[in-house]
Amino acid sequence: MVKNIKLISVVSLVIVSFFILLKGLNKTNNYSPDLNSSKIDFNFKARFLYSNEETTLYELINDKDFSIINIWASWCLPCRDEHSLLLNLKSLDKLNIIGINYKDNEINAKKFIKELGNPYSKIVVDPSGVNSIELGAYGVPETLLIHNKTKTILKKYIGPLDDEKLAELKMIIKNEN
Amino acid sequence: MKIKILVFTVFYLISFYNISYGANPEKVDQISKNLRCLICQGQSVYDSQSDFALSMKILIQNKIDEGKNDKQIYDFLKSKYGEWIVYDPEITKNTFLLWLLPLILFVFGAILIIRKVSIK
Repeated sequence: MVKNIKLISVVSLVIVSFFILLKGLNKTNNYSPDLNSSKIDFNFKARFLYSNEETTLYELINDKDFSIINIWASWCLPCRDEHSLLLNLKSLDKLNIIGINYKDNEINAKKFIKELGNPYSKIVVDPSGVNSIELGAYGVPETLLIHNKTKTILKKYIGPLDDEKLAELKMIIKNEN
Repeated sequence: MKIKILVFTVFYLISFYNISYGANPEKVDQISKNLRCLICQGQSVYDSQSDFALSMKILIQNKIDEGKNDKQIYDFLKSKYGEWIVYDPEITKNTFLLWLLPLILFVFGAILIIRKVSIK
């Protein structure tokens, strides 16, 4: 009897662990947080890539109804891939695309823009990466959609944009006011 | 002998210089040890040399310079990156088992021992 109980408990333990691990297989490894506060209640200073003047985040997201903040770097390969999609978004009237150049060599950054085109209305540099952390970013590339009037982050994409995400972005911009 | 002393002194000074130059301020170390580096699995921000972790350490230093205390810094990072970033999770409905399970197991073990002893 005692032997039976032992056997049953071992077998059931194995089965339970098996299913827990099996369930874990389907989960993605990349952790993406639930945003506790999507409100932008901070302001940071940053310098423009093409001039020595400084600006603030609030000034950057002042124009138009929506802003896209795209964090990129010339050394980042996926940024190259998503660049054409950003150029595609440039045609939207309600939208203002801001680039944050993340931990980059400025000469390389300018080359990158010259080679692939400039989707951004303004580009600021973030040599230490601190401004990106303030925005809750993980690295490059990363894209945030911001509602300018309420200063809230409507959507955040970690990693490069693709056609699906682009369509979703356009949908949100179309539906929100 | 004099040369030996000179060489030793020079080495001593160089090593001392490196230590004082390379290390982060103690406070930054202390806070970054409690933070999970989100893009490098299984490392703390303190241990990691990734771009994310390096920026995070600068940010922590900036916040300390602004006069923020530990709790304010943790809260700020939690609001940006969620509860997951701290190694010391708060008790919520998702984590209560994590906190209570060791206690339950401990009590269970104690009961087992007491029963065994009293049977004898």
